[in-house]
Amino acid sequence: MSAAENETPAAPAAPLLEVRGLKKHFPVRKGLFSRVHGYVKAVDDVSFTLGRKSALGLVGESGCGKTTLGRTVLRLLEPTAGQILFRGRDLAALDAESLRLERRHMQIVFQDPYSSLNPRMTAGAIVGEALAVHGLAQGAELRERVQGLLERVGLSAEHMGRYPHEFSGGQRQRIGIARAIALNPDFIVCDEPVSALDVSIQAQVINLLMDLQGEFGLSYLFIAHDLAVVRHICDRVAVMYMGKIVEVASCDELFNHPQHPYTHALLSAVPVPDPKTKRARIVLQGGIPSAFNPPGYCRFFDRGCARCSARCNQEEPHLHSVGPDHQVACFAV
Amino acid sequence: MSERPTDNMKIATARNDGPRNDLSLKPATASRGEGPMRTAWRRFRRSPMALLGLWLVGIMIAAALIGPWVTPYAYDEPIKHSATDAPSWRHPLGLDQNGRDVMTRAFYGARVSLQVALAATVVAVALGIFAGAMAGYFGRWTDELFMRAADAFSAFPGILLAVAITAAFRTRSLMVVFIALGLVGWSGLARIVRSQVLTLREEEFVQAARALGVGRMRILFRHILPNCLAPVIVTSTLLMAGNILGEAGLSFLGIGVEPPYPSWGVMLAEARSWFPLYWWMSAFPGVAIALTVLGFNLLGDGLRDALDPKG
Repeated sequence: MSAAENETPAAPAAPLLEVRGLKKHFPVRKGLFSRVHGYVKAVDDVSFTLGRKSALGLVGESGCGKTTLGRTVLRLLEPTAGQILFRGRDLAALDAESLRLERRHMQIVFQDPYSSLNPRMTAGAIVGEALAVHGLAQGAELRERVQGLLERVGLSAEHMGRYPHEFSGGQRQRIGIARAIALNPDFIVCDEPVSALDVSIQAQVINLLMDLQGEFGLSYLFIAHDLAVVRHICDRVAVMYMGKIVEVASCDELFNHPQHPYTHALLSAVPVPDPKTKRARIVLQGGIPSAFNPPGYCRFFDRGCARCSARCNQEEPHLHSVGPDHQVACFAV
Repeated sequence: MSERPTDNMKIATARNDGPRNDLSLKPATASRGEGPMRTAWRRFRRSPMALLGLWLVGIMIAAALIGPWVTPYAYDEPIKHSATDAPSWRHPLGLDQNGRDVMTRAFYGARVSLQVALAATVVAVALGIFAGAMAGYFGRWTDELFMRAADAFSAFPGILLAVAITAAFRTRSLMVVFIALGLVGWSGLARIVRSQVLTLREEEFVQAARALGVGRMRILFRHILPNCLAPVIVTSTLLMAGNILGEAGLSFLGIGVEPPYPSWGVMLAEARSWFPLYWWMSAFPGVAIALTVLGFNLLGDGLRDALDPKG
C-alpha cells in the first residue's frame, strides 16, 4: 500500500477522480450462433472530474446510463475503453488484487435498500464485513467499531443482531450507508440512494449523507433523477443523455443558466409547489431513446429539439466551454 | 414506516439535530433478531400436512434409532425353525419364512434404509452444490463441463443408471449402493444451484460485497451459497424420498443391500415368492416404505412453502 500512497501526486490541483473517455458498450447477440449484431452504448465517451470533498450530481432520464456510469467508474462493470484516474492511479488498468485493495477508498450506496443487503447476514455482520476482510479490526474492536458506525448513522447497538427484513426501508438504507463508510473511503457513488424511500425519510437520509460528507471529507458522485435533491447536496451537476454528458456546470450556474435544450426540458419538468404558476413545459417527442446502436449525429436531434440546425443531423457535438466551469455539447450554444 | 411522522417536519429546518432523534426504534422485542430459519419454522408449524410429514419421518427415525434396542429378538435368528407365523401378540407383524420376527427386521431395516438414503442424499447434495456453484459462479468452460456432465447423468433413467453403476463396482456393499444413488441424484440439484447462483451473482448485495473488496471465494461462501440454502433443503428432502425408493428398488432387484442383513427392499424381495399367502411379510415393509416416502414428500412440500420468501 505504501508504494501506492507515494504515487499519489502532490499537486494540490489534482482532482480525486478524473474520468477520461470512459465507454461501456454491451454487445447484443442474436440468432443461432449468437453473433454480435450491435451494441448498447450505455456509456459512450464520458469524461469528468471530481474534486476532493465535493459532490457531483449526475442527472438524466431513466435508461440514460447513469447507473452504468456509476458502476463502471467503480469497476463493478468492466469499462470498454477509457481511463479512471482515482487517487492518481488508473483503475481501469489495475489487476484484480490491486483493485480489490483499492476498493477500500471507494464505495457505493445502492438505490434499493431491500436487495442491497444480504438477507442472511445480521446488520452487524453486514457493516463489519469490510473491516474484517481488510484485516482492519477483529473481535471486540470490530464489535465496537461496528457499533460506532451504526450509531453514527442513527441506529443503535441493539440493532447489530437483527436481520435486514426486521428494518424499515429508511433504516436499511442507513445500514447500507454505514457499510459504505466503514472503510473510511474518499469517494462514494450514491446511486439514487433516496429514490426508493418515502418522501419523509428521503430528507433524513440526505441530511445524513451531507453530515457524513463534512465529517469524513467524502466526495460523492450523486446519481439522481430528482433535481431538487441534486441541487441540495451537490456543488456541480452533469446532465446525461443517452450515454453522454451533454452539459456540466456548477450547481447554481446550471439551474440558473441552463444551456443545452435537454437541460431546459429537464428543468421544465420539475414541479413547482404553486398550482397557479403558469410555466412553459417543454414536452419531448418520442419515447425514452434506446442506446442500442445510437446515431452518428446529435442524439437529441430525434427528440424534437427546437434549436436544431442541419449540422445536428450530420455531426456529433462535443463538450465545449461556454463559461467558467460550464461546458455544453450542443451546436446551438 | 416505523419513523414517526412528526419527525419529518424537522428535516427541512434543522439539519444538525443529528439523525439519532429522528428514529423511532422498533418495539423492543428480543434484542436478538428472528433469523430466516426461525421465520420458516413459524410458518412450517401452521401447515398440518407438513407436520404430518415431520411426524412420519420422526417416527421412522425413532424406529431406526430405538427399535433395535427395544425388541427382544435378533434380526437374523429364527424363533421358529423355517416356519412362518401370522401376526400375533408376541409377534405383532408375524414371522417370516425363516421364522424371524418381522417387526425386529423392520426396525433394523429402517436403520439400513434411512442410512443408505441419507448417505446417498449427502453424496448427491455435495456433488450438486459443488457442480452447480462452479458452473454458475465461474461460468464459461466450467459451466459447460459441469452442465454437460449433468446432462449425461440425467439422460438415463435413474434406476437403470444405478444398476449400471452398481455393476461397475463389482463388489456389493452399502457404500456402493449409496454412491450409485448419489450419482443418480446430483444432476437435478446441480441445475437448481446453478440457476440460483446465476441470479444471486447479479444481486445488489453481491455487488456491494464486491465493492467492499470482499474476495471471490468469500462472496461465494458468505453471500451466494447461504442464499441458495432454501431450495437445496427442499430438494434434498425430496431426494431422500427418492433414495429410499431407490434403495428398496436396488435391494429388491438383488443388487442392493445383501441378505441376511435386512433393509425394507431386501424384506420385500424375500417376501415376493410367498406373497398372497403370507401377506404380512411383504405388507409391513411395503407400508414402511410408502409412509416414509410420503413423509419426506410432505416434509419437502411443507419446507418449500415455509422457505418461500414470497409466501
